[in-house]
Amino acid sequence: MSGDPPALVEFSNVRKSYGPTLAVAGVSLAVGDGEFVALVGASGSGKSTLLKTVNRLIDPTAGAVRFAGDNVEGLPLAALRRQIGYVFQSVGLFPHMTVGENIAIGPRLVGERLAGERIARLLELVDLEPEMADRLPDELSGGQRQRVGVARALANEPRLLLMDEPFGALDPITRDALGDRVRALHGEFGLTTVMVTHDMAEALLLADRVLVMDAGKVVADETPHALLSGAGGAIAQGLVAVPRAQADRLAELAR
Amino acid sequence: MSAIWTTLLGLGDKLAAHVLLSAAAIALGIAVALPLAVWASRSEPVARATLGFASLVQTIPALALLALFFPILLSLRAVFGEGLPTLGFLPALLALALYALLPILRNAVTAQVNLDPGVIEAAHGVGMTFWQRLRLVEAPLTAPYIMAGIRTAAVWTIGAATLATTIGQPSLGDPIFAGLQTQNWVLVLAGCIASAGLALVADALLGLIEKGLATRRRMLTFGGLAAVLLGILAALTVQFGDRGGDRIVIGAKGFSEQYILARLIGQQLKAAGYGVEYRDGLGSAVAHQAVSTGAIDVLVDYTGTIWTNQMERSDNPDRETMLAEIAAWETRTSGTHVLGRLGFENAYGLAMPRAAAEAGGFASIGDLAGRAQAMTIGGDPEFFERPEWIAVREAYGLRFAARRNFSPTFMYNALTSGEADVIGAYTSDGRIAADDLVILDDPEGAFPNYDAIILLAPQTGTDDALVAALEPLIGAIGVEAMREANYSVDRTEDKLSFERAAQRLAERIGL
Repeated sequence: MSGDPPALVEFSNVRKSYGPTLAVAGVSLAVGDGEFVALVGASGSGKSTLLKTVNRLIDPTAGAVRFAGDNVEGLPLAALRRQIGYVFQSVGLFPHMTVGENIAIGPRLVGERLAGERIARLLELVDLEPEMADRLPDELSGGQRQRVGVARALANEPRLLLMDEPFGALDPITRDALGDRVRALHGEFGLTTVMVTHDMAEALLLADRVLVMDAGKVVADETPHALLSGAGGAIAQGLVAVPRAQADRLAELAR
Repeated sequence: MSAIWTTLLGLGDKLAAHVLLSAAAIALGIAVALPLAVWASRSEPVARATLGFASLVQTIPALALLALFFPILLSLRAVFGEGLPTLGFLPALLALALYALLPILRNAVTAQVNLDPGVIEAAHGVGMTFWQRLRLVEAPLTAPYIMAGIRTAAVWTIGAATLATTIGQPSLGDPIFAGLQTQNWVLVLAGCIASAGLALVADALLGLIEKGLATRRRMLTFGGLAAVLLGILAALTVQFGDRGGDRIVIGAKGFSEQYILARLIGQQLKAAGYGVEYRDGLGSAVAHQAVSTGAIDVLVDYTGTIWTNQMERSDNPDRETMLAEIAAWETRTSGTHVLGRLGFENAYGLAMPRAAAEAGGFASIGDLAGRAQAMTIGGDPEFFERPEWIAVREAYGLRFAARRNFSPTFMYNALTSGEADVIGAYTSDGRIAADDLVILDDPEGAFPNYDAIILLAPQTGTDDALVAALEPLIGAIGVEAMREANYSVDRTEDKLSFERAAQRLAERIGL
């Protein structure tokens, strides 16, 4: 175990039920500092629910989640969330605030003013013009909005980035470009990233480690390379088969 | 047109009172609705309960809601002590605030429910506390909708506030009710124009604020807000600015004679150096309660009314005994002071057009007994609930085919137009002679005596100078003089104002 990085997030037998439905059925695993982990699974597999137990948008029915060694249950809610960047599919930009104000919201909550240069720098990081800071969210395209969402998540200089289907609503080109950008930022800032996606190709291309969930349980925990080599069991291989078949057919057509 | 204009210009203090009452009611409505809306947005059962309650309140007619606060506040005196006002500003404020609640609450709750869930998730995700979420996200995003609710509430409240007149709170309803009593359409129209104009101005200014909030233009928001505050400030200045010490408040029930006598008393008191203010259009029970609690200082009431309604007596002694017993009862129960009789009687009596009475051979109420089944009786809104009517009905065995309520003025019109065959008229009414009516005899003595008497509130009765100023009125007004004065404001042509009629009456009785 000495080779593993120290854990930043640790799930211990986490369960979450909604009435008779079990969304997360006992998950225990650790996410190491600096890892880029993708959580993959079909709709209803419990991947989003598991992700949200980290910043306590959802509290588990049983089990514990630790962040940097502390049980998140015992941490002040607002303070915990301010240490964690959160990006999700519908972005949720505040429509009455400019792009700049949206990005600066995290620091503002703790009484700090984010300097104009810093906002410009954050916009640059997500490939947006600094002039964009004065625009209102309504004036932006979907891709631009999600870029602002990523910039907002990074403004507090978090150690952990949680992403829930972050590129799900974007067109393929934007999706690819923003995925690469996020992967680069992950390296640049030494982030730990957990990304929920239903797209196995995206997971394989971006992550260091892919967790496959099914019916509330983690059924595979492999590197992309191992998955492509046939590891991880039937469910994982079923998900890998889709992009592989697409790639084969494309290769066939190109010949 | 110029008559309306002159009347409008004279409505300054009513307008100020109306503005303050409406503004206070809306402010209270907002203060209650907003926290409730926040709570409701966090809890589905609370949302259902509060909206249900507010909708229920809205189904109660505004007039009834105003009236209901009188007994409610009366019973609350057990908790808050005798100082709690039961008439005037407080009950009007509470009733109107309840009325203002629904539109504000409904818009606020709806706006909260319809907030983009993504935005709320983001607010949680970036680590906002409860208050940060409320202040930074929910409040600014729901503000335009809440403002629209406040606008609706303002228009309703300003309209409904005209009804506050009936529970002794001055408002733009005063000229409307006074005008309705005397068919003085100039007064009614002036009151309507002023109240509608106020509603339009409030709507426009609040609309400005709403637009400012929706388009995030601060100049617009603060400009509108400043104009609203300026209006309220102006009303405050008018209301409390040039008040020279305490004023004597003279009450009047909602008919001409009461308005004239209140002005007559007011003129006597002004001559003696008192400041004077009128509370017009009070309901009969409300008026008596008001004087006995000191909410008003002076009231002209009628012995038979107090005897049957307040004292709940059904016997019918001679007038001296009745007055003595009333004076003793008032002293014992509240300390209200009976100053004395004015000299005339304003009894209830059953009246018919002379021609119809002669043709049908009706001379006494007894003659109606066998033939009432084919006749319609009209009365003022109180008449059929009053014990006197029940006593008369039982004494003569009257069974009418139909009974209809009219405002006192329209009651006489109904008789001439044939919509009623008999009415419960007032014997001092000028229209008895003018319309050529006869009062049917009451051989059984079922209607009690109705001597007009001056009542003084408990503390007011100890003011010797005030008592001295009113002494000359005692025994000075005969029924002919009163009828003439009443007719001078009730007739359709060449109407006198209440002030003018009171001056004429004073001249006629040699004051």
